[in-house]
Amino acid sequence: MPDPKQGTLQEAWQEGAAKANTEYVRRRITIDPITRLEGHGKIDVFLDEAGKVERAYFQVPELRGFEKFVQGRPAEDMPQITSRICGVCPTAHHMAATKALDDLYHVDPPPAAKKIRELVYNTFMTEDHALHFYFLGGPDFVVGPEAPAAERNVLGVIAKVGVDVGKKVIAMRRRLRELIALAGGKVIHPVLGLPGGVAKRVTSEAQKQFREVAGEAVDFAQFTLQLFEDVVLKNSDYVSLILSDIYTHRTYYMGMVDDSNHVNFYDGSIRVVTPEGGEWKKFRPQEYLDNIAEHVEPWSYVKFCYLKPVGWKGFTEGADSGIYSVAPLARLNVADGMATPLAQQAYAQFCSVLGGKPVHHTLANHWARVVELIYAAERMKELADDPQITDPTVRILPTQKPTEGVGVVEAPRGSLIHHYWTDDRGVIEKANLIVATQGNAARIAMSVEKAAKGLISGTNIPEGVLNKVEMAFRAYDPCHGCATHSLPGSMPLLIRVRDQSGNTLAALRRDFNGSVHRD
Amino acid sequence: MAEKPKVAFYWCASCGGCDETVVDLAEAVLDVVAAVDIVFWPVAMDFKRKDVEAMPDDAILATFVNGAIRTTEQEEMAHLLRRKSKLLLAFGSCSHLGGIPGLANLFDRESILQAVYCESPSTVNEEGVLPSVRHNDNGHSVELPGFYETVRTLGQVVDVDFYIPGCPPTARILRTALQTLLGGELPPKGTVLAPDYALCEECPRKDSKPVNLSISQFKRPQEVLIDEEKCLLTQGLLCMGPATRGGCEAPCVQGNMPCTGCCGPTSRVRDQGGKILSSLASLLESKEEGEIDQALATIPDPAGSFYRYGLPSSLLRRRKLPDSNLEPPKVR
Repeated sequence: MPDPKQGTLQEAWQEGAAKANTEYVRRRITIDPITRLEGHGKIDVFLDEAGKVERAYFQVPELRGFEKFVQGRPAEDMPQITSRICGVCPTAHHMAATKALDDLYHVDPPPAAKKIRELVYNTFMTEDHALHFYFLGGPDFVVGPEAPAAERNVLGVIAKVGVDVGKKVIAMRRRLRELIALAGGKVIHPVLGLPGGVAKRVTSEAQKQFREVAGEAVDFAQFTLQLFEDVVLKNSDYVSLILSDIYTHRTYYMGMVDDSNHVNFYDGSIRVVTPEGGEWKKFRPQEYLDNIAEHVEPWSYVKFCYLKPVGWKGFTEGADSGIYSVAPLARLNVADGMATPLAQQAYAQFCSVLGGKPVHHTLANHWARVVELIYAAERMKELADDPQITDPTVRILPTQKPTEGVGVVEAPRGSLIHHYWTDDRGVIEKANLIVATQGNAARIAMSVEKAAKGLISGTNIPEGVLNKVEMAFRAYDPCHGCATHSLPGSMPLLIRVRDQSGNTLAALRRDFNGSVHRD
Repeated sequence: MAEKPKVAFYWCASCGGCDETVVDLAEAVLDVVAAVDIVFWPVAMDFKRKDVEAMPDDAILATFVNGAIRTTEQEEMAHLLRRKSKLLLAFGSCSHLGGIPGLANLFDRESILQAVYCESPSTVNEEGVLPSVRHNDNGHSVELPGFYETVRTLGQVVDVDFYIPGCPPTARILRTALQTLLGGELPPKGTVLAPDYALCEECPRKDSKPVNLSISQFKRPQEVLIDEEKCLLTQGLLCMGPATRGGCEAPCVQGNMPCTGCCGPTSRVRDQGGKILSSLASLLESKEEGEIDQALATIPDPAGSFYRYGLPSSLLRRRKLPDSNLEPPKVR
């Protein structure tokens, strides 16, 4: 016969333990994986006992180690090897690497070669920005953040703007990509970059094609701005969403500018402005190590960039924290204007409607991207029209000993830095890469946390939270048009609420077709 | 209505370029969507791993996996997808041969982590913090997949039915492969779904390659103004064409740069690097051993050039590790 006393003790023990567990239970929400990210991404949200968000982690669970395995490779192979960092924006890595080779070999490419590179680069920027607007970010605004989930996708965009526009976007993108292949051999992993120039000249036949498509691209970009005005700016709900505190962070901003402090994607100096908008510093790409540092966290494979002189103060914003932001909004914040007329007009409107710079609203990235789209298309047209673009002199053979070289471009997703050191034969001894997404990594982590804190409470997660949390990182353009091109459907998401030992308490799933259900 | 065949896409250690190829099918991707039911594609669709786990075994007709196997998570996914798929395809150089991430096999895991998180000149990490598989951050247990010592191909981890070559595969190669799969008449298991001849056969500069080509030394692309018409080997450039499978229509050569070998060897060749070495040696002017060595010494990085995309699948596989970290790979 069991000892009744012992039974009571046992019960009491269990009761106490259960109480303690309830006190300390940390609920956990995992979004794994998130998509529209090139590579893999994961968000882990921890709730306290009251169901409030305590901490959210934006994790990158992947590493390939390019900095190490490029050691021993010939420097001239870097434009093709490093483009394999990203198959969505290979042209950005290819071009940063090629510019690093110019610097490494102390060689200045002939004018036609520089123009061909910039032409190809702006063709790429046009294609990439258009893709994000229509297929990644667009659905949130064109269809609406609170539209039925089933419509909040590229098909919804097409339904809203018309099938003809949808076809126009697909055709535009294909033609722009064909031009990159024409000049660069391949569109995914082009081969044109060499120290001192490009491998292939632009024939007058090719120029004709570039001019034709560039003209259409300018019209297309203006049409896109009109669409943005009609759909977003004329809707006060959207404007207040953009301005809402949940999507706002006061950080430093970084981007490349030309001598007149206009946005430039291909060449220039790096300019940084403070959270108040004043110039913090303007420096040559070669001086990046004095200004940019990377922080390591044990819970992510990605390193978090910050301004070295200001220092790493954790995931906090403001002038005392070295966290900065890159990409379209940051570029517009650091610039004094745009170098082409239509883009300048759009820029002025952007600044005045949003109450002057710096604009701290993350969602304004979408608008900034359209302003940049106009610039990319206009710049593409200028270069395609330039008679010098067909000059057959596209190479200068380097004669000096290679030593060390830095190359910077503005990737669609922000400042991208390649830095190589070689031996006398031009074989890589050391390489340092600061990729665009790292420049936003800390701010994205904060944005996701802020959105989670503002939107998630307890296990009873409203369905709208799915899209609102997504919007917090999507505005930065997390690389990756792949997902959304011609395929119908909304971004699928899984939110799991788990207890401390990993048991699922609740799961909310949004399917490819946009329907949301509880598992 | 008869059920459409189920197809899945997944990515491992890769760049996303293979997924872009699927998108670059452009209008044809709509035909694909009409012909099949895509049941898993994390980059575009409901990526719930649980959904795949809940499927009966062999429920998916064909799964296309791009990327090499670098982390524990990737290996788990490879096994899961193998179980659920009638056909498993290695899609693109990384899963076919190891790809450019496979060059990491010239190093060990520890030196990679040190280079990235400690030695990088812009990284400030005095305490030597490294990402870890399980980290307790103020009571929050946060996990990451483990990072293996060695990069492996998909075929080295699970049984693979077919291979689609290229970095990335061209849209044409992919289209043809899809037609083959949906056509019903499957080729023998293990087939690489692309033409089985060397790239030189379809090179637009084929006719400019002399019958008795002879080379005295190799030149690097920055050392020579490259003629836009002439065979690149004839110009002394290291072109992997003779040792590389064709089918891509030589886009790199059309960009006036040499082939770097991304489609791997033809079926008659076991080791792509060995093949190019013997091809080049036979083209050398001199037949004296010392002079051959001298000529080959003008290639600064034989391992990285001959095995750019195929080190993990080659006979070499990887640089020898100290005994302490031999396989099976440890994870952090």
